[in-house]
Amino acid sequence: MQRRTFLSHTCAASAGVATLTFSSRLLAASPDSPRFLLVFLRGGYDALSLLVPTSGSFYQEVRPHIAIPLAAGDQAGAVPLTEQWALHPAVEAPLRPLLQARQLSFIPFAGTDDTSRSHFETQDSIELGQPLGPQRNFQSGFLNRLASVLPGSPAMSFTDQLPTVFRGPVDIANTSLKGQLKNGLNKPLQSALASMYQHHPLGAKVQEGFEVRQEVSSTMAGNMAGEMEAASRNAVSTNGFEQEARRMARLMRERYALGFVDVGGWDTHVGQGQLTGYLATRLGQLASGLAGFADEIGPTMWKQTTVVVISEFGRTMRENGNRGTDHGHGSVYWALGGGLRGQKVLGEQTSIEARTLFQNRDLPVLNDYRATLAGLFQRQYGLSPSAIDKVFPACQPRDIGLI
Amino acid sequence: MLTACASQPPQASDKPALARARDHTPAGDPRLHVLVNRLSWGASDSELNLALQLGPARYIAQQTASAPPAALPPAVQGQIDSLTITQKPLMALLADLDSLKQADDKQPYQKELTRLAREAASRHLLRALYSPQQLREHMSWFWFNHFNVHQHKHNIRAMLGDYEERALRPHALGRFRDLLGAATRHPAMLRYLDNDQNAANRLNENHARELLELHTLGVDAGYTQRDVQELARVLTGHGVQHSDKTPHLRRELAGFYVREGAYEFNPARHDFGDKTVLGRRIQGRGATELDEVLDTLATHPATARFVCGKIARYLLSDTPPEPLVRRMSEAFLSSQGHIGDTLNVLLGAPEFTQAEPGKFKDPMHYVISALRAAYDDKVIRNTTPIFNWLNRLGEGLYNRQTPDGYPLTADAWSSSGQMAVRFEIARAIGTHSAGLFKSEEGSQATEQAAFPQLARASYYQFTRAMLGPDTRQALDNTSSPQDWNTLYLSAPEFMYR
Repeated sequence: MQRRTFLSHTCAASAGVATLTFSSRLLAASPDSPRFLLVFLRGGYDALSLLVPTSGSFYQEVRPHIAIPLAAGDQAGAVPLTEQWALHPAVEAPLRPLLQARQLSFIPFAGTDDTSRSHFETQDSIELGQPLGPQRNFQSGFLNRLASVLPGSPAMSFTDQLPTVFRGPVDIANTSLKGQLKNGLNKPLQSALASMYQHHPLGAKVQEGFEVRQEVSSTMAGNMAGEMEAASRNAVSTNGFEQEARRMARLMRERYALGFVDVGGWDTHVGQGQLTGYLATRLGQLASGLAGFADEIGPTMWKQTTVVVISEFGRTMRENGNRGTDHGHGSVYWALGGGLRGQKVLGEQTSIEARTLFQNRDLPVLNDYRATLAGLFQRQYGLSPSAIDKVFPACQPRDIGLI
Repeated sequence: MLTACASQPPQASDKPALARARDHTPAGDPRLHVLVNRLSWGASDSELNLALQLGPARYIAQQTASAPPAALPPAVQGQIDSLTITQKPLMALLADLDSLKQADDKQPYQKELTRLAREAASRHLLRALYSPQQLREHMSWFWFNHFNVHQHKHNIRAMLGDYEERALRPHALGRFRDLLGAATRHPAMLRYLDNDQNAANRLNENHARELLELHTLGVDAGYTQRDVQELARVLTGHGVQHSDKTPHLRRELAGFYVREGAYEFNPARHDFGDKTVLGRRIQGRGATELDEVLDTLATHPATARFVCGKIARYLLSDTPPEPLVRRMSEAFLSSQGHIGDTLNVLLGAPEFTQAEPGKFKDPMHYVISALRAAYDDKVIRNTTPIFNWLNRLGEGLYNRQTPDGYPLTADAWSSSGQMAVRFEIARAIGTHSAGLFKSEEGSQATEQAAFPQLARASYYQFTRAMLGPDTRQALDNTSSPQDWNTLYLSAPEFMYR
């Protein structure tokens, strides 16, 4: 269906709200609008296996079986980033070009003031982005509020379901780009369906679903051939997340200014591994995917793109009885983008030793996620204080100098 | 009872069909349709007729009673009887798997695990579709989701059948305490939440935390990190044992050893010190410490509120009336956590039969209700397509990775992407038999039935009056019966229960 036809259709159906929220999505984002992708690692990834503290011996002492050793001579190991930190080699290798181009930064001691240590509670807290307390509105996620202050910035959640972070009055499209992409219904059925929903509250979503399906297949038309060709040439096999990330990049380059994706499987209570093993594999896949995203979105768009990787909490400083780690507090966030200033590790920091731990078990949180993201959005979009206050109510933005 | 033939789509003016439907059965009361749709996995003709015959009060009483299982249709029972998970107890399955695992080639081991999980899924789906004990099946899914485990951890795929059959389904309408005890001690749960790794001085608090947060009290009930750690100590030693071996134990510990199937309490791994959980002092004495804590948790007012609120959200509404949840909690507490008694309060409440269906179907409800409408009278032989549809919609059986289970509210399932996939599944069900009658070997020859007949007596008797004018018009304007089916299953009215 043509956009014009659709607009007149919904107007005729007097779906005023639907038209209002929907019209912002119909326009592709301008090639000049900045792009922002949030990657949520669900499960609380073990940040201390990603970013390894290198000053002092506390880390090695409390993680006798799972500490990531430093690279030494031709011995593989974590690669030093600064005097205090080194990076897991499974992440460093695929992201080396971005590191060298100063387009990758890490923010340790990042997180929330939610100390429930519950995955679900803390994920909700973060996605809502509202001050903790009984007054929270569970139908309002911070990316939806960001979309509401960025007109002309259509948003897409690359997930099967619409996550909490995108819930709210602005209508947000969603579709997962994992695996094989399917074709939709024929046009006559689509119009019959649209007519059934013309006065229904779900009407706008139904229309949007058809349109997004159309966009995805037209944007991916050339890409599919490319993916198959790569496979047949026996190129380095693309892991699932990299394929997905490249597809996201293509759609964001063409038409979506805001994106969200979540990646699960980080709740490593048992046998998380070290240089190799379960967690190293997951981290490596994530890093390859992010490198693929940067590559696929193209050098021009990458200059105005920021990707932020977060997780609900970090894990315990000390390993548990099963060569794993339990739910903790402070995490390490990642930022990637062509416009980054390129400091490898930034934000408020402290030394890592027994006396600085939060409740004698976890990394403390010194960089609040709301203040940090508010500082980033302020710079990336030039948002006014009132717009920032809408995205993150009652929060003082802190510009830690990412971009 | 088919009143429309495949070549001629029904029209509003299809008088003979309407007249026939009205002659042979009493006029459909929409409230009865709403009751059946909410209580069961979806209104099928036979379920509607049963409720009509019994009347609402007796229908509810029949469904909440913990009566002996009513018989499944023989064609369904036959499929279930032929499953390995029906024929072999868990210990035998694990023994077979452990010997497969010895081989250098790990593929047969993995394939067998996957096959066993698919068997459990198949049984679950067949019961949801065809069991006369609809409330039990409906609540069995709910309890699995409440005590969620994820199939792709370790060898949990082999344990799913036993977990459902022995820990969840028998207690689905019984006592919450029995259900809690069975789920907490089941090898699938102990393994999923890492309690098989939890030992004295090597604590793993995963199970303890979720037991408080998700299985009983709820996250805001006021327990502390200290309570989690103390409960983790109580849980030490409760684990999983595949083989017939028993551990070598010092003489003073041997009497504390407990073994039931693959569940094992190993006193050598237990912390025998005293604990304090929720302000209550637990004397260190072995496996029975856990029983004491579960007794407290199962009858705690916070548990009653949390569990009753969740049941009401599942069966009735995303925002159930607070007084109704309070009445349910009172029934839960005064009946010592009897689930059937608690459900009686909900199902008998006027809110439950109000004529406005307001609960958006999650994918499981959507797919099963569509198939119950389509194939009530014809037993599906292959559940693989159903399994795949649920996965595509993001609510595959045993596929929720995190212990919180799938969300139960509309906002999780009504996004634009979800709706688009839902329509494609409606088309698959409405336009051909979609592989549902192929034998598992995939032979085409056994495929029966071209497409279902949804425009039939029950449509005119019950459903049509509940459709809005836009839906009726779209249906009446459709010239192909397959499109009619697709539109009917895609209609906004079909998305709610």
